[in-house]
Amino acid sequence: MSDPALLALDLAEARDGLTRRLFSARELAAAYNDAVAEAEPLNAYITPTPERALAMADASDGRLARGEALPLDGIPVAVKDLYCTKGVLTTAGSHILHGFCPPYESTVTEKLWQSGAVMLGKTNLDEFAMGSSNTTSWYGPVENPWRRPADNRPLVPGGSSGGSAAAVAARAALAATGTDTGGSIRQPASFCGIVGLKPTYGRCSRWGVVAYASSLDHPGPMGRTVRDVAITLGAMAGHDPRDSTSAPVPVPNFEAMLGDNIEGLRIGIPREYCVAGMPSEIEALWQQGVEWLRSAGAEPVEISLPMTKYALPAYYIIALAEASSNLARYDGVRFGLRVEGDSLAEMYELTRAAGFGAEVRRRVLIGTYVLSAGYYDAYYLKAQRVRTLIARDFASAFERVDCILTPTAPSAAFAIGEKSGDPIEMYLNDVFTVPANLAGVPAASVPAGLSGDGLPLGLQIIGRAFDEATVLRVAEILERAASFRHLPGFVAGGGS
Amino acid sequence: MIESRTGKWETVIGLEIHAQVVSKAKLFSGAGTDFGAEPNTQVSPVDAAFPGMLPVINRFCVEQAVRTGLGLAAEINSASVFERKNYFYPDLPAGYQISQYLHPVVGRGRISLDMPDGTVREIGITRLHLEQDAGKSLHDQHPTVTYIDLNRAGIALMEIVSEPDLRSAEEAGVYLRKLRSILRYLGTCDGNMEEGSLRCDCNISVRRPGEALGTRCEIKNLNSIRHVMQAIDHEARRQIELIEEGGRIEQQTRLFDVGRGITRPMRSKEEAHDYRYFPDPDLLPLVLDPDWVERIRVDLPELPDAKKARFMSEYGLSAADAGVLVAEKETALFFERVVEGRDAKAAANWVMGDLFGALNRLGIGIGRSPVSAGQLGALIDLIADGTVSGRLAKDVFAEMVAIGSDPAAIVAAKGLRQVTDRAAIETAIDTVLAAQADKVAEYRAGRDKLYGFFVGQIMRATQGKANPAVVNQLLKKKLAG
Repeated sequence: MSDPALLALDLAEARDGLTRRLFSARELAAAYNDAVAEAEPLNAYITPTPERALAMADASDGRLARGEALPLDGIPVAVKDLYCTKGVLTTAGSHILHGFCPPYESTVTEKLWQSGAVMLGKTNLDEFAMGSSNTTSWYGPVENPWRRPADNRPLVPGGSSGGSAAAVAARAALAATGTDTGGSIRQPASFCGIVGLKPTYGRCSRWGVVAYASSLDHPGPMGRTVRDVAITLGAMAGHDPRDSTSAPVPVPNFEAMLGDNIEGLRIGIPREYCVAGMPSEIEALWQQGVEWLRSAGAEPVEISLPMTKYALPAYYIIALAEASSNLARYDGVRFGLRVEGDSLAEMYELTRAAGFGAEVRRRVLIGTYVLSAGYYDAYYLKAQRVRTLIARDFASAFERVDCILTPTAPSAAFAIGEKSGDPIEMYLNDVFTVPANLAGVPAASVPAGLSGDGLPLGLQIIGRAFDEATVLRVAEILERAASFRHLPGFVAGGGS
Repeated sequence: MIESRTGKWETVIGLEIHAQVVSKAKLFSGAGTDFGAEPNTQVSPVDAAFPGMLPVINRFCVEQAVRTGLGLAAEINSASVFERKNYFYPDLPAGYQISQYLHPVVGRGRISLDMPDGTVREIGITRLHLEQDAGKSLHDQHPTVTYIDLNRAGIALMEIVSEPDLRSAEEAGVYLRKLRSILRYLGTCDGNMEEGSLRCDCNISVRRPGEALGTRCEIKNLNSIRHVMQAIDHEARRQIELIEEGGRIEQQTRLFDVGRGITRPMRSKEEAHDYRYFPDPDLLPLVLDPDWVERIRVDLPELPDAKKARFMSEYGLSAADAGVLVAEKETALFFERVVEGRDAKAAANWVMGDLFGALNRLGIGIGRSPVSAGQLGALIDLIADGTVSGRLAKDVFAEMVAIGSDPAAIVAAKGLRQVTDRAAIETAIDTVLAAQADKVAEYRAGRDKLYGFFVGQIMRATQGKANPAVVNQLLKKKLAG
């Protein structure tokens, strides 16, 4: 098979082709290594690992030949550079981790390799996953493979898992890991026209994933189709005794649970997600989604999530408070960057000033402020109360409905530099995604249509805790109904 | 009370003890805890706060904290919370210490102190919480570079906070000894202050009797009971002098200068850290199963207070003797092995008298005693059955300390067996009296004091082996004529 033909296969199809020995894992890995190289102008990868990919592919071929295939054998995947990978540079998109090669492998990537997946490399991201546009990385911005036909300006892929989203959309990976603290899987999935799932908090281990905000960080999969995401999630999920917040619950066969009909399923439509200034085309797409689900036999129910408007401020207090503490370990003493100074305090100051970018510094400062004496009750404690109320909103909604449908983001991808002036405007990108992080419930974004200027738009399905199966099932119905077959302007292999 | 030129002052003291938990692994990682290991050999990526590493609570350390709480008659909180105490220091790898703040694992408890004057003082325990130790900065390896040893980083500590119930350096010393004794009985902390397993911060203020509490100063990181007592004495006098000279006490953190025996300021309230405590999002609240706590309670060993009461009732010992014998767990165990089936008073006297004396001279603890409890018991048996005299037993004991053999072997080898053969003793008496005929005459004329002289001569003639009771009986008869 030619490279373009190999790259055109989705994960499920590639798995099928590998099992039937239509092509070897090595051929597939080589095609993807070429794709990674071809996609270099997107800056989606910080560290490609082509040799490792070939070596892992050879091992997969051995197992495939012996009929001992593992669930993901030979499937080339990209890893967000927030996951620690043993012996491979791990940067978190930050200069402060200069030269850092972890002596350990994150639980989630370890599970992927144990499932036979092949590592293509480490993908770019907003520094420490702090951003919604993938423009804060020390390694430079990632370009969205999509462009507006009208002006052809480079667009952001969304963030913070922008490199992963761009790589999957540009066919430079079959699937990728992302992390989602306030929307960092779903929003870039929406911007790049792919599927992204933020699982339930505790479903995928955080061990070995560089922390941004521990109580909100959710590792999760990104892929071309809902089925691909279901397959990848199955390999990533599971209880990990090394993460105290990992849930000791069994992992169902998500793929096998797809395809059921959704007859009689109640779909909540939260009126609070109709925010001022949202483009009418997004509202129209949302309405279209409601209709698709209705015609598939589901019952739309208008619901209220009254605390929604407090979610964004509560998120930016809790996330930043945790971040300010989580990032204290980057002090120049044990690993990564060190800038020498005349005193200990000066070494700290110079190292952290040189190592952290402006957005990280801003968030560390805000986080430090909201935890400081005299402000803790007014900010952090109040935000935690809001968080409890938001979780209660979802809990009571899920007494009436089986899942909730909303837009993923209030806009399509924007141009690089377009929104960098005002951090608040950037933060508003997370308005629909943040509540699910605060509540810890699963949520997916699925591409549902194009904006007026030709860019992908996603719809979000939010489900009950540990009910990713229903989220994926509904997402697949939407995927089928939308029959989103559009390709970005750039795809490796030229598209076919 | 301290009497000064302006009248009486009362010192008010509260102690915060950091006790290293006896555990093979650290509080949140599987790394080892051996004291004295090569630097940075007992460190996991969790302890070094590498990116993405997460803490997992060590169940055994929690068990040790609960056991300690139960030993201090304290409330065990069924739910407690680990929080982050944030500050930057090179030996604090994460930039925060995981500790407990608003919700400690152990609440209010108490310790009763036996004061030397015979009174008993009840001291309140405010709380006990679990926290991580920091690493160690080594400033003496290089003229301009500080090295970091993370072996200690992450080791479990119990911070045990007392109420401000102590009133003198002496009470603080008794409190520390008692707390250390309880921890050792429980096996939850080895109490080795010189190895840093037990460290103490003192909060000290002074006031006129009956008045409200004064402003306190905290003296950090004292690592011997003697230093604690010296620091308290110095700090109380410093505060009194300052107030008497019209000054005001400023709330301060101070250090004790061991060389000069004084305290000096470390940082003032304004320079105090803002630790920005908040619940550690990497850890769930610690919830204890009441049945599990109950099982720990049931398995608690007998503690010093209970043991003392039992020594008094079971062995008829005085409060003072019982107190000395139970103060250290090893001493109490030693004594109990010695006393088994023997006269308690004799056992107590031998342990507290000759044995303690010998150990003191050798400068070693009872754990390394050259005489085992079994050997000491055997010696007491030899006295009881008349094999050796009490006087010769002292020589036998000295030999036991020197060469560590069994008393029976020493008695046999040295021929120290007591002579009770009346004929042999009578012969010895006759020989002495014949040689001292003039003294016999003086005695019979009324110089009673000479009796002791005759006994001494007879014992010398028998190399001390004659049974004193038989000697007395026969000598009196002979002298009476």
